[in-house]
Amino acid sequence: MSTLTRPRPVAVDPAGARGRGAFVGTARLLRFALRRDRLRIPLWALGLGGLIGYFALVIPVAYPDPAALQTRAALMADPSGAFMTGPGYGLADYSFGVMIANEMLGMLAVGAALMSIVLVTRHTRAEEESGRAELVRASVVGRHAPLTAALLTLLVANLAVASTVGVALVANDLAVADSVAVALGVAMVGLVLGAVTAVTAQLGESTRSSSGMAGAVLGLAYVLRGVGDAQQTGGSLLSWLSPIGWAQQTRAFVDLRWWPLLLGVVLAVLLVVGAYALVGRRDVGAGLLAARRGPADATAALLSPVGLDWRLERTSVLWWSVGLAVFALLTGSLAQGIVDSFESQPQLAAIFGEQGQTDLLRATMAAFLGFFAMAVAVYAVVSTNRLRREETEGRTGAVLATGVSRHAWLGSSVAVTTLGAAVLLVVNGIALGVGAGASVGDASLVGEFALASLAYLPLVLCFVGLAALGYGLRAGTWWVWLLLVASILVGLYGPVLDLPEVVLDAAPFGLVPAVPAEDLDVVPLLGMAAVAVALLLAGAAAFRRRDLTA
Amino acid sequence: MSSTHRSTDGPVIDIRSLTKAFGAVRALDELDLEVAPGEVHGFLGPNGSGKSTTIRVLLGLLRADSGTARLLGADPWHDAVRLHRRLAYVPGDVNLWPRLTGGEAIDLFASLRGGVDRARKAELLERFDLDPTRRTRTYSKGNRQKVALVSALASDVELLVLDEPTSGLDPLMELEFQRCVSEAAAQGTTVLLSSHILAEVEKLCDRVTIIRGGRAVQTGTLADLRHLTRSSVRVVTGGDAGAVQHVDGVHDFVADGRTLHFTVDDVALSRVVSTLAPADIRSLVITPPTLEELFVHHYGVHDADVQPHAVATGGAS
Repeated sequence: MSTLTRPRPVAVDPAGARGRGAFVGTARLLRFALRRDRLRIPLWALGLGGLIGYFALVIPVAYPDPAALQTRAALMADPSGAFMTGPGYGLADYSFGVMIANEMLGMLAVGAALMSIVLVTRHTRAEEESGRAELVRASVVGRHAPLTAALLTLLVANLAVASTVGVALVANDLAVADSVAVALGVAMVGLVLGAVTAVTAQLGESTRSSSGMAGAVLGLAYVLRGVGDAQQTGGSLLSWLSPIGWAQQTRAFVDLRWWPLLLGVVLAVLLVVGAYALVGRRDVGAGLLAARRGPADATAALLSPVGLDWRLERTSVLWWSVGLAVFALLTGSLAQGIVDSFESQPQLAAIFGEQGQTDLLRATMAAFLGFFAMAVAVYAVVSTNRLRREETEGRTGAVLATGVSRHAWLGSSVAVTTLGAAVLLVVNGIALGVGAGASVGDASLVGEFALASLAYLPLVLCFVGLAALGYGLRAGTWWVWLLLVASILVGLYGPVLDLPEVVLDAAPFGLVPAVPAEDLDVVPLLGMAAVAVALLLAGAAAFRRRDLTA
Repeated sequence: MSSTHRSTDGPVIDIRSLTKAFGAVRALDELDLEVAPGEVHGFLGPNGSGKSTTIRVLLGLLRADSGTARLLGADPWHDAVRLHRRLAYVPGDVNLWPRLTGGEAIDLFASLRGGVDRARKAELLERFDLDPTRRTRTYSKGNRQKVALVSALASDVELLVLDEPTSGLDPLMELEFQRCVSEAAAQGTTVLLSSHILAEVEKLCDRVTIIRGGRAVQTGTLADLRHLTRSSVRVVTGGDAGAVQHVDGVHDFVADGRTLHFTVDDVALSRVVSTLAPADIRSLVITPPTLEELFVHHYGVHDADVQPHAVATGGAS
């Protein structure tokens, strides 16, 4: 059996084969990627297409005739309206199609961009970070195959989004050519941001830094066109520095032109070429930017459960603050316009407060404070539920094996969440006050709204208490979310749905006095605080009694 | 770490008939475990035998269903916080906060236990070759393990509870770990070392408890336990020594020409040697029983199936 001992012949790769193999395995990786995303892509596509369907139902109710639509067009002509939406083509003759192109195209494009950022990150940097890419690349797969498969998946996903958006528009009796332009504009923005992500995925070593950088580019793109559009109707030079601006500059449903879409295609191609060049210059798993070093010793501020919790929570509080501040600021800046237009629209006035109210501005803004408080309640539940992940990932056990009691651990988490929620509520009030104060010329609104917003803190604490009780009992999170979502839905749509007054008053967000429009009635607030404390104590007692899961 | 710890007179760990069930699964079934002050106690068992469950009861993370557990003379569930200031725990699978650096995580655990000894930390970082400025997200499993080890060893405590602490460490780091544990033991620190690496336990431990199916099946000093198994013998003779297979106390006899393999009870050793002597011994190797054999002996592999030379470990000496 001498043949068994003879070395296996090794074929030496001829020099000419270099480079050709870089794309080997792309087709198989593409099929695998599409299989992994077989639910995600259709859901994004249906979600974005469905948004158009939803507005097609709602807009005719809110704006039943052309005159009503013109009042909306007036809002969009305002710089703050233009900043939030689009360049304002066709404002003189506002129709549903024009409205879609002016106000919704930007939103849909951001949606497609977010989908693309997440998608490209998942199929490139996340694979490398988890170490799976190493296994894949060690098999018969070329250097460029993973990136190529990710980019082809990106193309498929954005074409899917374009199809549903296009079909939704045409189904609502809008012109086919203009509908296609809007749909392709959305897909173009998605492709450009996906290509941006293909580049950022080569730069950072972590998924967070890769999608973070791409997210920053998206934010910049939206703000650039926002400032540009606010400067003058039809957009200024700044609008033309943004891919979202290019999509809006097709002037769909007004005076259609196709060539701005080409700018996006060219940029996407250039970015993809750059990404391929970068892939060839780095090792698998490595980034071009070195991972940042941190301190070798902890500061005294970190060395307690509260210090640790704040450290883990502060980034998230910061981002929630930024997001809510932007919304509240923009909402506040529409104050004068909202007051003007509501006077002519009884059904909207019904949502925001009694018509006969003396101070329509304060009533409207009090309602907005309530809406933003709902977002803070969501933050509070998410933040409290972080306790669950700490436990299942084994870190809680490690901390409780030191000199930290269970009550201290739970208590510091609740304390930090409460602090974060209070910060967010004050940020809401200040931002809304700054916006509204600038709009109507009354600086005193800032302090007034900041204090008024804190009236929601006891209610938010009740949801913290519910989440803490669920954690202590090791129960699922669904019932906390169910209660919160039900409270939000009744709070938001209760007045429109003609629910009985009893239900509206008993709904949690209805119990909070609508300061500053109403007087501050402390009785319900004290009641809520008592409920919150009781829930927290019950949660702590339950947590003290149970086994740790991991 | 200049102080020595000899504070408790009674056992540091005293577990009697401890039972803990998770649903229908009995993780601990009337377990007994006793660890004396200053002792390095090996806690041996295969995966799923209940080692970690025992430790988690001792740490007050799980509540016992029945039986008693005393730690440093107190109740581990009710007095958890007070007790935890006197001990340091290293889990087998260390999870850290991804955004903290290794150095921050070390300081955090040490200070939640009582305090950070910066000089000791620096020395241990050096010995374990760990970069404290990297975010723990970028650490390998071995590096995360080092964070827990450095933090525990930098704390001035009476008891070290180590749950498979060397998983993920390379052999050089394992040696460093063994040196550190020996040093701690020399200071009088009591150590409970759960492991399935026999070599480690043989090197470090004074006494050993073997656990299987949630029950302590064997406990004693290494010498005690070795008496429970047999030495293995390999002998090459010039003449015929086949008669040795009939000596009382000889087992597993295999003859390969003039080379004989068998195992022998310690009490029969002199009878064996006197039987072999006339047969012109060319070479004689007697290997003392290893813990590995004992382990196999207690984990379902039948005595007769065990070929001693096939299960020899690096720890055999």
